[in-house]
Amino acid sequence: MGNIAAILWKEMRSYFGSPIAYVVATGFLLMMGYLFQNEVVEFRAKCLNYSFQHQEHGVDAPNVNEDVVFNFFLSQCLVWLVVTPMLTMRLFAEEKGSGTIELLMTSPLTTWQVILGKFAACLGLYVIIELLLLSLIFVVSFYGDLNWGRVLSACVAILLLGGSFISVGILASSLTDKQIVAVVIAFVLLLLLFVVRYSPELIGREWATVLFYLSLIDHTRDMARGVIDSSDVVFFLTFTFFFLFLTHTVLESRRWRR
Amino acid sequence: MIEVDHLTKQYGSLVAVKDLTFNVEKGEVVGFLGPNGAGKTTTMRILTCFQPATLGAARVAGFDVFHDPMEVKRRIGYLPEHPPLYRDMYVRSYLDFVARIKGVPSRNRGTRVDDAMERCGIRDRAKQIIGQLSKGYRQRVGIAQAILHDPDVIILDEPTIGLDPNQIQEIRRVIRGLGREHTVILSTHILPEVEKTCDRVIIINRGRIAAVDTPENLTAGASGNRRYYVAVSGGLDAAAEAIREVAGVVDVRRADDNQALQIEASGETDMRPSIAARLVERDLGLVELRPITAGLEDVFRELTGHEEAGA
Repeated sequence: MGNIAAILWKEMRSYFGSPIAYVVATGFLLMMGYLFQNEVVEFRAKCLNYSFQHQEHGVDAPNVNEDVVFNFFLSQCLVWLVVTPMLTMRLFAEEKGSGTIELLMTSPLTTWQVILGKFAACLGLYVIIELLLLSLIFVVSFYGDLNWGRVLSACVAILLLGGSFISVGILASSLTDKQIVAVVIAFVLLLLLFVVRYSPELIGREWATVLFYLSLIDHTRDMARGVIDSSDVVFFLTFTFFFLFLTHTVLESRRWRR
Repeated sequence: MIEVDHLTKQYGSLVAVKDLTFNVEKGEVVGFLGPNGAGKTTTMRILTCFQPATLGAARVAGFDVFHDPMEVKRRIGYLPEHPPLYRDMYVRSYLDFVARIKGVPSRNRGTRVDDAMERCGIRDRAKQIIGQLSKGYRQRVGIAQAILHDPDVIILDEPTIGLDPNQIQEIRRVIRGLGREHTVILSTHILPEVEKTCDRVIIINRGRIAAVDTPENLTAGASGNRRYYVAVSGGLDAAAEAIREVAGVVDVRRADDNQALQIEASGETDMRPSIAARLVERDLGLVELRPITAGLEDVFRELTGHEEAGA
C-alpha cells in the first residue's frame, strides 16, 4: 500500500510539475464549455418555442435533465475519449524512454504496485478535471429543477468510463518507449471501441449485438439517465481489470524472455 | 555475497554472456572490465533482476535472482548505464521517492537521504531540478540513489562515464569509501579506474571471463617474456641487428614512437647488462635502456585483442 502511494505521489507531482495537466485540463474545459453553452442556448430556444406553441401539438415539455444534463454527460464521454490518451501516454513510455523503468523494476516493488499507483494517479487527475467541469452543472441548478440523483448516477458513469479509458491508455503506454506512439495506439483502440456500435447488421445480428455490447460509451447511456444497472458496472470494472492485467503481462514478459 | 554460476544469456541467436562463473566476497570492490559489448551490462541486469538469464543461476546474499527477486532487490543498490533520473523532479524529492520505494522506513528516510547526499557531495544541490544539473552532478545523484538505502551490494554500471578528471577522482573516492561496508561491483572500460579502485578485476570479453585476479597480479603476469626499451644515438637498424645476436632475445622491433627499439626476451634473467655490453661493444651510442612493465592496459589488450583480431 505504501509503495502504491509512493508511485501515486510521484506521478501526481510529475503531472502538476509539468505543463501537461494544465494544458489538458484547459483544453478539455474549453471544449466542454463550448458544448455546454450550445446545449443551454438550444434549450432556451426550445423553451421559447414551447411557450409560444402552448403545448398544442402534444410536444413534450422541455426538460432540463433530459435536454441539458443528459446531453452534457454524453458529449463528455466523447471528449474524454480524445483527451484521456494524452494523460496516459507518458505513464510507462516515458519511464522506458528515459531508462527510469530500470529503477522501478530493480526496486522491491511488485509490477502490480507500479501499475496501480500509476492508474490511481491518472484517475485522480481525471477526477480533479471532472470536478472542475461539474461547476457548470451548478450553474444549471440555479435555473432549472435539477435531479441530483441523475447527476450523481451520471458521475459514477463518467468515473467508471474514465477507469476503462485509462486502462487502455496504460496498456498502450506500456507497449512502447515513445509517447507519441502510445497516444496513437490508445486513440486507435478507444476509437475502435467506439465505432463498433456502427457495425452493419450484414455481418449477422448476433455479431452486431456482440460488437455493440463492446462499445464502451453505450454502457454509460443508462447511467447518464439515472439507472445504475449492475451489468454496466460489472462491464466497466471487468474491462478495466482486463486491460490492467494485459499491461501487467506486457511488463512481466521481460522476465520470461530467457 | 554474490555467486554467479554458469550464467548464459542469449538474445535470439546473439550470445551476450556465455557460461560466466565467479564469486564476490563481502566487502570486496570488484571491477568488471571489458570492451564495449562484452556483456558487462547484461550481467549486471541479471544480477539486479531486471532480466532473467537464459541458463545458469546467480545468487545475491544467498537469494536466487530468479526465484527470490524481492529479497535480492531489497539488498541491491543499482546505478544503470543511464542514471534513472526523473528530470522534472527536485534532487531532494527524487531521493525521497527512491527511499520510499526501496523500503526505507519513514523515520530514517530524512537522515538516509541527507547521508547519501553528503557522501556524493550534492548537499548544496538538494533544491535544484535534476534536468538542470550538469552531467557530473546527475551521475552523483545516480550514485546517491544507489547507496541511500544502505544496501549490502552496490552495482554500478560505468559510474564515471562522462565526468571530468576532477569529478572522476571524487567518484573514485566515494566508491573506495563504500567498499569498506558494502560489496561493490562496478563496470568500466577505463583501465586506470580498476587499478585505482578495485580489489579484484574480472576481465570479460565477448561474454566470457578472460581473467580474474587482483590488478597487481594481472599486471605482473601479463606475459612470460620481459620487455625492454632501448634508445641509441647511432643507427636503429644496426642496433637492432646487434641486439638480435644476444642470447635470449626473441624479438626486436621499433618502439611505438619509431625513435627507439622494443625488445622482448625470454627467461627470468635481467637482460640489461648483456644488451648494454653488446651495444657499447659495437659503439652504437646507448642512450637509454629500461624495462617495460606491463600495465593493465597491456593485459587487457593481450586478453581481449587477439580474439577480436581472430574473429
